[in-house]
Formats: sequence, C-alpha cells, structure tokens
Amino acid sequence: MSGAAPLARLLGGPPLGAGAESFADHQARLGRLPAIDGATLIAVLEASGLTGRGGAGFPVGRKWRTVAQAAGDWPVVLVNGAEGEPLSAKDRALMVTRPHLVLDGALLAAAAVGAEQVVLYVGEAHTAARAAIGRAVLERGPRVGQRLRLVAAPARYVAGEESAAVHYVDAGDARPTSVPPRPFERGIGGRPTLVQNVESLAHVALIARHGDGWYRGAGSDAAPGTALVSTSGRDGRTTVHEIEFGETIGSVAGRLGTTADGLQAVLVGGYFGGWIAGPTAWSTPLEPGALRDAGAGFGCGVLSFLGRESCGVQAAAQVMAYMAAESAAQCGPCVFGLRAIADTTSRLATGGAHRDDLAHLERWTGQIRGRGACRHPDGAVNHLASAMRVFGDEFRRHQARRGCTAAGHGVRAS
Amino acid sequence: MSAPDRLRLQVDRIRCDGAGLCAELLPELISLDDWGYPILAPDVVPRALLPLARQAVDACPVLALRLVPVPAAVEAR
Repeated sequence: MSGAAPLARLLGGPPLGAGAESFADHQARLGRLPAIDGATLIAVLEASGLTGRGGAGFPVGRKWRTVAQAAGDWPVVLVNGAEGEPLSAKDRALMVTRPHLVLDGALLAAAAVGAEQVVLYVGEAHTAARAAIGRAVLERGPRVGQRLRLVAAPARYVAGEESAAVHYVDAGDARPTSVPPRPFERGIGGRPTLVQNVESLAHVALIARHGDGWYRGAGSDAAPGTALVSTSGRDGRTTVHEIEFGETIGSVAGRLGTTADGLQAVLVGGYFGGWIAGPTAWSTPLEPGALRDAGAGFGCGVLSFLGRESCGVQAAAQVMAYMAAESAAQCGPCVFGLRAIADTTSRLATGGAHRDDLAHLERWTGQIRGRGACRHPDGAVNHLASAMRVFGDEFRRHQARRGCTAAGHGVRAS
Repeated sequence: MSAPDRLRLQVDRIRCDGAGLCAELLPELISLDDWGYPILAPDVVPRALLPLARQAVDACPVLALRLVPVPAAVEAR
C-alpha cells in the first residue's frame, strides 16, 4: 500500500478544506441523478453489498426493501447525521464537504420507498454540518426543499439510536423506546420509517450513478466498497480518511505516521466497538469478518490508537464513565449496572482497587448484556470485556495494587 | 398462531422498576441481578411452570412482564 494514493470516492473532488461543494459543482462533476425506478435501485443496492455505516452494518438494500414493502401509508425517511459517537467525525466531514451526496441519497431513498417527507436529523452541536446541509437544501429549490425538514439532534450519545431519533422527531424526547415495533414497522407519526446514516446515503448517490459492479470494484468480495474512518491517536486530533475494505489497520496507521513499535492497542468501531492488541491489529484487515474474529467490529469506522505510554485500564475507565453518564436512564440494568461498572473501573484505574473489583466487573459484563431496551448497555459491556481481554495484565496489576506499567499514567503500587 | 404451550417470558425494560415479585414467584426461570432487576431464562416456559409464570405476569405491579409466543423459526432470545 505504500505510496499509492488511497481511493477517493466519497471524498473525491475538490480538496476538503474548500468546504461544501455547491450543487452546481456537484452536478458538473458527477452528472445529474439518473432516472432510476425504486425497484431497480433496491435490486442494485442489494447486488452492491452496501452496508449501513451508522454502526450496525445492516445491508442497505434489504432495509429499503423492507420499508418499501411495509404495510401502511406514506413511509418517512430519516437521514441520520446525529453522530453522537465522541471518536467519530466522518459524518460531519461528509455533511460539511459533500452535502449534495447526502441529499442525493436521501431523495433516492424517498423515491425508492415511496416517502414524501424526509427528515434531516443532524447533531445540534455540529453547527458547520447543519449550516452546510441547510444551505444545500436551499440550493435544491422550493419544490424539493419543502419535502426536506432539518431537525437538530440533541447532543447525547443515544440520540442517534434509531428508535430514539424517531421518538425525538415525534415527541421531542431523544430516548430509545421499547422495540418492537421497530422504526421500519412503525416510526415517525406511526408510519414505516427508513432510518439511514448519512454516509450510507452518500454511497447510494454514487452507486445509483455508477452501478453495483463499480461499487464492488473496490474492497474485497466479502466486504466490497470503501468506507470513511475517523482516526485518533496520541495527539488527540481526529482525522477522516476513506479506506477500501480489506485495507489493514497497519496501513491506515502508516498514513498517520504511527509505527507498529509504539502501538499498544487499537479501539476499533467506537465506544460500541472493541480493543485489539497492537501486533494483531497491525495486520488485521478492516472488514467485518476479520474484525469480529479479532474481537471488535467495524461499527461506525472509528480507529483510535493507544500508545505504549498510555494505560488501558484508564482508557477503559474513561469510556465507562462516559457510557454511564450517557445512559438514557430508563432501564434498571443500564442505569445501575453502568454506574457500578464505571465507579469500579475508575477505582481500579486510579490505584484504589477494592478486593473483588475485577471479579465484579467480570460478573456484571455477563449479567447486563441484552437487558436494555436499546443496545447502549450491550455496547458498554462489550467494550469493557474487550478491554479486560486486551489489557488483562494491566487490569490484574491494578487489582493487586501493584501500580501501572504505563509511563504516562503513573499510578504507583500501594 | 403459535400453539399456546410455546411461550416465553419477556420484560419491558423501560417499564420494569425492579419490584422483584416475579423472581419470588418463579425462581426457576427468573433471577435478580445485583440491583434487583430480573434476569429471565430465554427458553420456552415448560408446561408445568406455566401457571406460575402466569401468576408472575399478573403480579407485576407495573405490567412489565409478559408471556409471548415463541415463533417456530426463532427459538433463541
């Protein structure tokens, strides 16, 4: 991979620093949207192998077919640009620089599932993204614009969860609801609702123009196409890149100047994802199957690099504190379980472990999984389980109060 | 329609406030976690336990516990 320029599909075109591509430039570069009927497009999407990029990775074509076939009147499309994941920046980068790819995809989705109304659900904290999408809507003119409604998503982690998004648009309450019914069955205003991440829709805008064969021309057979990733490392900066599925994590790290030597572990997939030890991660290809085998998942495309000077227990404790604070506070196992986990992990991290802290964490990770209305508690305990696996020695050192091996942490034995 | 004897327990996690009566009535299939919230056996409720399961459902003060049919195709969860 050395030297070859990475493939740029979503991020092709003018430099990202130039800001939002105008509608005129967008059409001049990519051409108008082809007239393609909904059934054909859904078949093309199914053949393309495109998967959702919000985190769950559900096949896009199959989702659209389900909504298109749902009983009941007038489905709704909800374009999900909430991007509440702290380590993710790719949805914002896309909305800020290529808003018309997102709108193309949204309008194609509306046509394919028979929706009149499209809700553009963009994080309230993402002001540049909301401004860019808002301007792009105006550029489309009043006839298209009247079908598009911009809604600011609350800056909470769970606000982007699909039932929470629907709940917010309907009732101003961005907390998940008990499912079933799922949004595709009964969503906004009781109508079948297609909730789709902004990046997924941007891929659709290109697949509609170039076809499924073109899309499969990048990536691997098992995981075709390209994806956006958000990378962050020791300097704390988050940057966005486009990768081909199958590219190794080491190759992406190399683009950032990260070396294999200094790499302790990589968090893949975001706070819902999992840790992979540095040496394994380096050669692991970015595709769902290989990542699952390595104990992580592609999720929303987050790659966070942890150097050897950092403490894995401390990193896990920070994430657990965040996940506990971001519980929607509706389900007991999530409210009390994540709070207990966060407090215990924090105590371990700061060198004040109680006798059975590690044993408690192990029991709770097993107990809590699958016991919330949404997947928030599952994501949190899966993250913790992977941290305890990858940083096992460090967790045991902290439990035994033998201090921390990480130079940058400096918890001493007590 | 599923046969009435193929039922499993399901709890609405948002409604449930951890009263714990269900686990007292049906410890064979329901235990409580460290915070008093129910952990349900995922399996089909054995015929012999159905009367107790119905009692547990009726006893729930917030109507969070249900018996739901198990579709033949999806046994798990």
